[in-house]
Amino acid sequence: MEKAEKPHVLGYGQLALVLGLLLILTGLTVAVSYVHLGFWNVPVALSIASLKASLVLLFFMHLKYEGRVIRYSFISTVLFLAVMIGFTFWDVAFR
Amino acid sequence: MTSKIDTTGIRIGMWLFLYSEIILFGGLFVLYAVYFHNHAQYFAEGGKELNRVIGALNTIVLLVSSFTVAASITAIQREKKGQAIGLLLFSLFCGVIFLVNKYFEWGAKIHHDIYPNSATLQDGAPGLNIFFGLYYVITGLHGLHVIIGMVLLSISLAMILRNRITAARFSMLENSGLYWHLVDLIWIFVFPLFYLVL
Repeated sequence: MEKAEKPHVLGYGQLALVLGLLLILTGLTVAVSYVHLGFWNVPVALSIASLKASLVLLFFMHLKYEGRVIRYSFISTVLFLAVMIGFTFWDVAFR
Repeated sequence: MTSKIDTTGIRIGMWLFLYSEIILFGGLFVLYAVYFHNHAQYFAEGGKELNRVIGALNTIVLLVSSFTVAASITAIQREKKGQAIGLLLFSLFCGVIFLVNKYFEWGAKIHHDIYPNSATLQDGAPGLNIFFGLYYVITGLHGLHVIIGMVLLSISLAMILRNRITAARFSMLENSGLYWHLVDLIWIFVFPLFYLVL
């Protein structure tokens, strides 16, 4: 019988490229923190963090190459997290 | 008859566990968000007490170790046992550096009388007390995850040495790697929230 699935192999070069991007984004988030943007500091910092998290998830954790079950269940978890944080914060902010 | 190994199923199981970890830390981030909203200026004040250089250094250490763990899986898939062992040893070394940094960081805070129930925090502003309370709980829980991740990576390393993890069967290494990357993911959010708040 043939193998049911062949795992996707990421080359060292590809992984190093992802690491390079992650380090650049780390530098960027530190640099931006010294600039006073008022309200925008937190959204900018969290956007960069989310971008970094996406890179780790997609490439280091192979989420880009996973099947539907893992992909959709992960998205559901993130949505649940967004509802949990969003609705709680909403309640507190407009109380 | 040989039984077939369901590698996808093994990974799904690990991901389900990781979801519960995400929600666990998510709950703590909800607390952070709410208290940050209520005590923004004290959170900024508390954040300035933390050492950005150590925070940034630890971020780099974790990112590099995540890269080496991911590379060790590539090495195993390519049947380069020696490379995989070297990469995992380096990852463990990164974990040790992270914890040593954390030790000095917490040590300096405790030396300055900033720790849960310390006189400075008890008599100071409630906002600062909450900020450092969250700092110790979240970085402490994260540190515990670093230690667990290192244990899992060490077990994987031992299994590689005994040829229990090979190119044909490497789910243990893959799942340990997923756990290690989760530790990295959490730190990616902890770093700007605690060290870079303005």
